Amino acid sequence: MPQQRHDHCDPRDPPHAIVRTIGHERRSIVRLCDEIIDEMARCGYPDAARFALRLAWEEAISNAIHHGNRDRPDGTIEVAWHVDSRRTCVRITDQGEGFDPASIPDPTLDENLDCPTGRGLLLMRAYMTRVVFDPPGNTVHLIYDNPASGG
Amino acid sequence: MTAQQSRLRIRRQDQITIVEFVDRNILDEANIAQIGEEIGAIVNDDPNPKLLISFANVDHLSSAALGALITINSRIKGKDGQLRLADINNQIIEVFRITRLDRLFQIHPGTREALASFT
Repeated sequence: MPQQRHDHCDPRDPPHAIVRTIGHERRSIVRLCDEIIDEMARCGYPDAARFALRLAWEEAISNAIHHGNRDRPDGTIEVAWHVDSRRTCVRITDQGEGFDPASIPDPTLDENLDCPTGRGLLLMRAYMTRVVFDPPGNTVHLIYDNPASGG
Repeated sequence: MTAQQSRLRIRRQDQITIVEFVDRNILDEANIAQIGEEIGAIVNDDPNPKLLISFANVDHLSSAALGALITINSRIKGKDGQLRLADINNQIIEVFRITRLDRLFQIHPGTREALASFT
């Protein structure tokens, strides 16, 4: 059973964030994303916001599984999330050693356009209000401000 | 061992192979790998591949799906073939613009325009 807590263990998590630990199984990854997106719908986020969160979630989870946990079948990912009508915060922490986001080549340069990998970070940053990595880089915070909340 | 269910709907029109996706969300990396293999087999079997990929049913895709498309594009170019993308909704076309992949791929609004663009 996934662990669930309503306190926050990371000082950057919002108060009352829900914290869960999931494995790499596709079903639990989709189910948790659906929970977050359902809560966004209840809080009045527009369809485009939910599209954005699902995309950023997929990219962050993929990075956690492949680059962080190196595809270990027993790898786990800690997710902390909180949604209110103003902001959605999702923290994703893997078990890896982290990385330097600045070391990722710009995939939009002409010479990198036909490289099949390296676009996840670009998409996270494009679709979220803010993307913050905690050193050493194995924790990413996806932060999305609800455009429908009127600031 | 059970046969995998295809993730694609495939039909031929003249010399062109038209591919549509079964899934609305192209996010699961196992499915993306299967899609890459299925389209790769089409490209391998055709000495002069002309492929149209329609996104008519697709609501979401990830960077892994973009990666699979780039690999397919490279293989088709390697055989002097042609690849066209069509029927991409506004949210997903934005993903292509952000990644600048709208410059790598020939993207058409609809299947009819895409079919007419093959030479």
